[in-house]
Amino acid sequence: MRGNGPWKMAAGAAAIALLAAGCSGGSSDDDETLPNAISIGIVEPESLIPSNTTEQNGSSVLASLFYPLVRFDENSNPYVVAAEAITHDKANKVWTIKIRSGFTFSNGEPVTADNYINAWNYGAYGPNAQLASYFFSRIDGYAQMQSVDPDGDGPEKAEEPKAKKLTGLKKVNNTTFQVTLSAGFAGWESVMGYDAFYPLPKAAFKADGVLADGYGDAPVGNGPFKIKGKWEHDSKIVVEKVADFKGTVPKVDGITWKIYQDLGAQYADLNAGNLDVETKIPIESLASASGDLGDRLQKSPSSAFAFVGFPIYEKEYQDKNVRIALSMAINREEMTDQIFLGSETPATSFVSPVVAGYRPNTCGENCEYNPTKAKQLYAEAKGPTDIKISYNVDGGHKAWVDAMCNQIKASLGVNCSGSPEPKLSDMLKKVREHKSVGMIRLAWAMDYPLMENYLGPLYTTDGSSNYYGYTNSAFDSLVREGSEAATPAAAIKKWQAAEDILADEMPVLPLRFGQNVFGHSEKVTSVEMDLFQKVDIYKIEVAS
Amino acid sequence: MFRYIVRRLLQMVLTFFGATFIVYALMFAVQDDPIQALVGEKPITDSQRAALTERYHLGDNFFAQYWYYIKGLLTGDFGTSMTNRKVADMLADAWPVTLRLSVMAIVIAATIAILAGVVSAIRRGSIFDNATLVVTLIVLAMPIVVIAPIAQLVFGIKLGWFPVTAGRDASLWQLLLPAAVLASLVVATELRVTRASVAENLRADYVRTARAKGLTGARVIGVHVLRNSLIPVITLIGVDLGALMSGAIVTEKVFNIPGVGFNLFRGIRTEDGPLVVGFVSVLVIVFLVVNLIVDLLYAALDPRIRYE
Repeated sequence: MRGNGPWKMAAGAAAIALLAAGCSGGSSDDDETLPNAISIGIVEPESLIPSNTTEQNGSSVLASLFYPLVRFDENSNPYVVAAEAITHDKANKVWTIKIRSGFTFSNGEPVTADNYINAWNYGAYGPNAQLASYFFSRIDGYAQMQSVDPDGDGPEKAEEPKAKKLTGLKKVNNTTFQVTLSAGFAGWESVMGYDAFYPLPKAAFKADGVLADGYGDAPVGNGPFKIKGKWEHDSKIVVEKVADFKGTVPKVDGITWKIYQDLGAQYADLNAGNLDVETKIPIESLASASGDLGDRLQKSPSSAFAFVGFPIYEKEYQDKNVRIALSMAINREEMTDQIFLGSETPATSFVSPVVAGYRPNTCGENCEYNPTKAKQLYAEAKGPTDIKISYNVDGGHKAWVDAMCNQIKASLGVNCSGSPEPKLSDMLKKVREHKSVGMIRLAWAMDYPLMENYLGPLYTTDGSSNYYGYTNSAFDSLVREGSEAATPAAAIKKWQAAEDILADEMPVLPLRFGQNVFGHSEKVTSVEMDLFQKVDIYKIEVAS
Repeated sequence: MFRYIVRRLLQMVLTFFGATFIVYALMFAVQDDPIQALVGEKPITDSQRAALTERYHLGDNFFAQYWYYIKGLLTGDFGTSMTNRKVADMLADAWPVTLRLSVMAIVIAATIAILAGVVSAIRRGSIFDNATLVVTLIVLAMPIVVIAPIAQLVFGIKLGWFPVTAGRDASLWQLLLPAAVLASLVVATELRVTRASVAENLRADYVRTARAKGLTGARVIGVHVLRNSLIPVITLIGVDLGALMSGAIVTEKVFNIPGVGFNLFRGIRTEDGPLVVGFVSVLVIVFLVVNLIVDLLYAALDPRIRYE
């Protein structure tokens, strides 16, 4: 034998390893099955349960599987889709929703009022920890469904909430139900256009209020497409047309949502013709994209709004003239042109241009680049001589933060440096503890197309994203009055008055409005993207 | 021999638990606010925070959390990732493609390294030797973040020779380009080691004896020299295999392969303890098994080495 035994054994082991590695491969992909099918690139969604989806990837997939109560026209005004009519009382408190009859889920179940009520109750129930549950917070009874942790954040178990159902939801008959809000809200119809308000079929639940295992991997919806097989995590989600769908019928027979880890890889596939739509061209490819894609590179408005928050809890920033001077010290246009290569536009208002009621340049003079005046104002207000701008390094913000700092240095003659934090959560934690972080890089994308969705979370005293501690009771009450106004037009008036306060006080420094910069292959035409950064699946078609 | 393997396997159990404990402790130490990391840039309500803290036992102390984890592990349950997927499912999705990719890369690298290494050792100072020296230096100097996108652009998009991306259910053909890119990481060192080792052995007494016996050149090189020269190379390949599996983050990203490197990166980014520990645990096993195989190969290559 002389050493041959182990030789053989080791060779055998190596062979087995190779075999194991080799034989599990083989199947090559793609959408060859349907000639009239397309592929759209996404990032792995967080979840495909409607009430747990708060990012645009999951939301895009859900838009093909579900049919919403309302959709939005080009002026961001809602119109009914799965609903036949949505009416409300004078105070905008009680909303009656009549759904169109004859619709079914893709498993054949008819869509009834119960499907909506059960889905919303599930989403709102605190212990289910659904990420989109805050959408239901306007409905009566939401607070009773939330558990309160007795010791804040700790070992003691939270108590079970008092209620399991929203008291504000009432079934009238099979196709009609009533929603009672805890306070009147003229924009409620728009809110219901969000994913969290999709109905769930009976098949989604294994018991009352308990979701069936695996529903999230193969959701059954009331939409124009149904999922083929299951969500293949990190790989793809294939949907195919539902036969005789009652609503608007899309022009393609199927969509493969291809999942990418990296926008660069996605762009490579788009270029090679393996992918039909990329919804976000990576910034490093922007320079070559117009050459690569020609007129297949397109832009459309999106709701993203990038801004820098002032730490108003710090003494140095409490004088509004300091804030105004800093805003005047920077050249927004130069930043969007040089660093973002025109993929974003300069922002000089406090709400995005995509919402009804937006007025251009509400910030006025305060957002105009005027280094002389800025310097003078800054000196008079005795602004800080050392400025920091905190940002999270994982979001590609370094380039523009450094540029902004250079502009501030040049205009005001003060020190300015970017202060990197590993992650947004690290930065926000410091901000919450009111540590000295300097100015804070932040951004916002809307959940529903109303001015209120910018004004409320970002600037009201108890706004969910008001990290910088801005508070102004006149502003708060104007926003609230707007929400309770009788008509959308009256609401907008109040909200615009509120925005004027912001322009005067500059709690944040508006920087840029986002755009969808997307590209598509030669195979598809009529590619449009909506305000929610989603491809319009009803319009896209295969080029003949 | 058999006793040796049993002893090694027992050692592996200890190493495995030690390694998972350390990784778990490290993940616990860096965990700052995984719930905020989970929801990204969105605000989170107190009620959601309470429910998620409960679900993932985040409120408990370190030992209680580790106990939950080990209890699950011993019953074959790798736990649930913060993305609410079973870590076992994620392992099953990610490992096959990474294993294929790294084994292909190793086969490519080893073939090139050993062939070219032997030839340059025999013809020291020749044009071939110098040319390989230059080429390997260039490859060694180029970071993978440069090689991978360039290879993709040139061979995938411009020339169209290879598929541009691979994906999870990639065929061997789709994995060829990424595997070649990955092989470039290790081929240079393996080649240099082979060359040095063969060159040294060529001067050894036993080679002169073999030549004097009148053996053919092919037999002298192929059997006598190579067998002795491969010991350091095999060690290197064994270590490389492990490194390629865990370290293919860039290649997997560029070629869109949702494998182990990608999952580790995602887990660390989102402070996803169970995900990272699960993947590292399996990596530890792979390292241990590969090293065992390497040690057994020593015995095969050098009859003087005996394990008891």
